[in-house]
Amino acid sequence: METILHYINLVLYVEPLRLLLYLAGLIMFVAANAAYLVLLERKVAGHIQLRIGPKENGPFGLLQPLADGIKLMTKQLLTPSGIDPILFRIAPVMVMVPAIMSFVVIPFSDSIVARNMDIGLLVVLAFATINFLGLLLGAWGSRNKYAIMSAARVVSQNIAYEIPMLVTIVAIIMVSGSLNMHTIVSQQLGGFWQWNLLNIKASLLMPAAFLIMFICMLAETNRAPFDLVEAESELVAGPFIEYSSMGFGLFFMAEYSNIVIGACLATILFLGGWGCPFGILPGVHWFLIKIYLLIFMVVWIRWTFPRTTFYGLLNLSWKVLIPVSFVNLILTSAMLKVF
Amino acid sequence: MTDYFKEIFYGLKSLLIGMGITIRYCFSPVVTVQYPHETLKMPARFKGHIELIPDEQTGTSKCIACGMCQRTCPSGCISVDGEKPEGAKTKMMTSFMLDYTKCSLCGLCVESCTFSAIRHSMRYNLAGTSKQAYIIDLKKRLEESKK
Repeated sequence: METILHYINLVLYVEPLRLLLYLAGLIMFVAANAAYLVLLERKVAGHIQLRIGPKENGPFGLLQPLADGIKLMTKQLLTPSGIDPILFRIAPVMVMVPAIMSFVVIPFSDSIVARNMDIGLLVVLAFATINFLGLLLGAWGSRNKYAIMSAARVVSQNIAYEIPMLVTIVAIIMVSGSLNMHTIVSQQLGGFWQWNLLNIKASLLMPAAFLIMFICMLAETNRAPFDLVEAESELVAGPFIEYSSMGFGLFFMAEYSNIVIGACLATILFLGGWGCPFGILPGVHWFLIKIYLLIFMVVWIRWTFPRTTFYGLLNLSWKVLIPVSFVNLILTSAMLKVF
Repeated sequence: MTDYFKEIFYGLKSLLIGMGITIRYCFSPVVTVQYPHETLKMPARFKGHIELIPDEQTGTSKCIACGMCQRTCPSGCISVDGEKPEGAKTKMMTSFMLDYTKCSLCGLCVESCTFSAIRHSMRYNLAGTSKQAYIIDLKKRLEESKK
């Protein structure tokens, strides 16, 4: 797999062709992920509740995402009266495009990366923030009080959780000395004892830092138990309440691709990217195994814990995550200075 | 300050316990019965609409058309008819109609039957498009079930 892709890379080192191939591949990856993560979610939800989940369409319900997609696409795209026509139409795009763009800089393996930028990490974080702007504008444009309320929640929640996440990432950047994700992973190759997760030489709090990063990722993607944004019982459906058909579909796809991006980021920063835990056969398969394990964790958490209150959410961030991440940052810088 | 760390510690611990429970459920066998493909066996005391019990030797009904069930029925949904053939000791039941639209499944007919000729059936997934579908000819049903 790896060598074949490497070969394709060499043969097609005609830049436009290479770009086109990566673009198509990434869009396919995002779409397939969004479709099949929904199925995974429903299956895991079912089994946790001793049910089966989708099973009628195809073997093990494997054609369910296809059926859902067709259903969404054949529905009418309704535009309510009184909306802001530009913002309403632009918002799904603003949510979906950054989600795809972030994948451009993510190194899936040593050779599979669309564009290996020196500021790759910054690009992902910047694009992740555009996502919330899209949600806010969409909610504002659809002239719906529930949508605006949940958009306000999106923003305050994401400001609260952006801080500990960024502070944790800064600690990692200090350890690796680079914003280039390829370099960050390269430093962790060789086995699980090399991972930043267990990099106790840099800071004793690194495992806690991973936990913080993971919790922030849950909150940033508006997943349970931090899904106050969607809060079905009070806000109906979140910022995209007025969207129907594929407009809603785009928001939904973006949500799942953001989970994938979060898992990729956690894998790259803490779990050694494409490196094998035992130092043999590194490659894209290890990257995929790691991100899907993390995604399974995310789904598992969603179907375990009830939704927190808004105060609980903000208290957790400001009283626990931010202090601990700052302690980690200070500890890391001290250790780097001393050794 | 110690309370702060205690809260974090116990909070994390309880979260992990919760996740342990759900993962155990995730990998334990499902309890769903895939209804159209598989059905549950009805328990012995399930009360469906009444049906005639076939005689073990002859396979015909044990009913002698005494009319006890018809008289006991508070909703008046049973109508039994019978005649005494030449030379026979007892009457023979010729028709046993049940109007299931009126039946409240009280079971008094089953209790009042001195010959143990009727019982509750195990049918639970009844569906029909007309009222006529629930006026059930129990004699015909018994004969059909014999085949």
